[in-house]
Amino acid sequence: MTPIMRTVRARALVAAVVLAAGALGAGSSQGVPAGAPRTASTAPGLAPMADDGCDLTASEPPAKNPNGARIRKIRERGSLVVGVDQNSYNWGFRNPQTGRIEGFDIDLVHALAKSILGDPDKVTLKTVPTARRIDAIKGGEVDMVVRTMSVTCDRKKDIAFSAPYFRVTQQLVVPRAAKATGFAEALRGKRACVADNSSSQAELKRDGRGTAEVRTVENQLDCLVLMQQGLVDATLTDNVLAAAQVAQDPTVRLVPETIAPGYMGVGMNQADTDLVAWVNQVLAERKANGDWRASYDRWLAPTMGASPDGYLP
Amino acid sequence: MATPVVTESQGTVATVPGARRGASARLRQAASTPPGRLRVAGAALAALVVLFGAVAVEQVSTRATAAGRVVSGSEPLSQDAAEIYRSLADADTTAAAGFLLAADEPAAVRQRYEDDLATASRLLSEAAARTGSSPGAQRPITELNRQLPRYAGLVETARADNRQGLPLGGAYLRYASALMQDTMLPLAQSLVDAESGRLDADHGDASSFPVAALLLGLVALGALVRYQVVLFRRTNRVFNTGLLTATSAVLLAVVWLTAASASAGAALATSRRDGSQPLRELDHVRIAALQAHAAENLNLVARGSTDTYTKRWSALVDPLNAPAAQAGSFGHAVAAGRPDAERPAAEAERAFADWLSRHRAAADKDSAGDYDAALRGTLSSGGNDTADAAFTTMDRKLAEAATAEQHDFEAAAGGVDGFLEVYAAAAAVLTALAVGGVLRGIGRRLAEYR
Repeated sequence: MTPIMRTVRARALVAAVVLAAGALGAGSSQGVPAGAPRTASTAPGLAPMADDGCDLTASEPPAKNPNGARIRKIRERGSLVVGVDQNSYNWGFRNPQTGRIEGFDIDLVHALAKSILGDPDKVTLKTVPTARRIDAIKGGEVDMVVRTMSVTCDRKKDIAFSAPYFRVTQQLVVPRAAKATGFAEALRGKRACVADNSSSQAELKRDGRGTAEVRTVENQLDCLVLMQQGLVDATLTDNVLAAAQVAQDPTVRLVPETIAPGYMGVGMNQADTDLVAWVNQVLAERKANGDWRASYDRWLAPTMGASPDGYLP
Repeated sequence: MATPVVTESQGTVATVPGARRGASARLRQAASTPPGRLRVAGAALAALVVLFGAVAVEQVSTRATAAGRVVSGSEPLSQDAAEIYRSLADADTTAAAGFLLAADEPAAVRQRYEDDLATASRLLSEAAARTGSSPGAQRPITELNRQLPRYAGLVETARADNRQGLPLGGAYLRYASALMQDTMLPLAQSLVDAESGRLDADHGDASSFPVAALLLGLVALGALVRYQVVLFRRTNRVFNTGLLTATSAVLLAVVWLTAASASAGAALATSRRDGSQPLRELDHVRIAALQAHAAENLNLVARGSTDTYTKRWSALVDPLNAPAAQAGSFGHAVAAGRPDAERPAAEAERAFADWLSRHRAAADKDSAGDYDAALRGTLSSGGNDTADAAFTTMDRKLAEAATAEQHDFEAAAGGVDGFLEVYAAAAAVLTALAVGGVLRGIGRRLAEYR
């Protein structure tokens, strides 16, 4: 789903300091890792530093300045234009019953519209193809991208990121019948599936871990189709997208071990420091007033665990 | 047809002693006396005439059979193959439309999908059961029969997931469509190619000129005339009724052969020019448009996650939208049509233009971020100003034009096998007449030696 982003992230994050990432246990009868034991690896609270030294969490100090150039422009337009995804289940996806795009990311989009424009529905949601996201931000086609987008040092050279609003790692999805508890076991001699141009693909290229075959598909969700058809044995993807797969198919589960921790952020134009600061203010408010938690509980708790501690930055 | 003639002639020739024994010594001996020479000449003339008759009957019968195959065999078969392809492509398009409409899917859309699968499945089993199918057709038929239920299963999984609100449904539909586009349609195409190849071969067989028969006829005619001149010089008798009858019969057979073959060739050429060729072009346009429509729908199913489908749309629509002078364009297919196909074809072309402009409007909405408006502009339940509605009109008009071309084909090629068969029968009778004439004529001369 986010090929370029992941490629970049792979480079930046594989070498990053290992962060406390709530490992998701193989869970309940519905494949839900609720209440699974969390195994915080090392030093929680320490910001991951990429090997080229950039601070992934650094952003503008939170502030609401109504006189900022971008904020004024958005208010004149009367609509917040946001690049989103329609296919990430529970994050940004189109509910075929209502025809509305919904999810954890979309909650944030509505909160931002409410804060900037006074109306949560004053948004224009644009599906920007993965490859064009940076261009869309730089060219001013969208005000921001809110789309399970990882913060990377390479990316930070082109665009600005908000403060982190979610911690991510990479994780394996396997059929429930598979007994594997770690990467080595789940991949040795097996057929793996990754999205093209993703950091998962880069990870398996770097270290194949004895995989018999690596199937590359356009979208990580295609891996689930292949797994249901019995054509692959394990899928490597973001833990959030991995959890979304489990949410859609209770016959698959997550392997508890995680790798390559990092952050998700809102991508914006580097010139729009007023907007970045505003977004950071809203993110801080949502953390403080419980909205982040409520949104987590609504969309993610059923598949990612009742406790959001490992994910809240 | 040819057999009775040969039997009859063998029986007749056997009554001429010496001619059939074959030993060259006997022949030379027989030829050393005047009656012997007469016998040998008579046998040679009769054999020549019989040979001409047999070859003419055989060649024309073969052409009649091929012409019959064109009309009632290979042409319908190649249309069936095209229809299998069309049903499969239509199923793919309609599945995507039903998926997009989800809860609003009208019964008619569901029905159309079911009908497409039923048609493809029926035509495939018919084709599989047909023993005469070309070997090139059997493999794709078997393989398609295997893939069709798999495809249907994937589409049902996509629907079920979609109804539960799972994005996985979209991934399934794209997977099903990839199976259709990358595996099944190429198989259907090889079936279409095999059947069109057979149609072309039958067409060639039916309209090729029976050169051997014509040459033999001319040789027989020349031999008869020349022998009569020889006889005239030797006996001073102007007319030999038997030989004259034989000459006239062979002459008539040769002239008729030439006329019948030429007119059959002309009729078949017309059937090709006015029927099967424009029909093939219409089929091509119709199928390319169908696949473009599938790409249009799937692009909405993919919801901006890939540009595969917009690329495929352009790859399919650009050649259709090319100037009429270019083969494969919509305009070219319409211009190739006959008068009675012209009206529906022109209407189809107008609907095509509507479709393109509505598609562009919807695509603009989509890139402006208004997915719902793009979806509404592309297809909606009962909407008649959508891209889908324009497409449906176009498809219906193309089907009408195809039916008209089909009628033109049948009108032109329909009677050809019949009148070739009449000729074959007549050639047999004329040959018998000519052989009888030769034997009577020679017999008359022989009698003068007794």
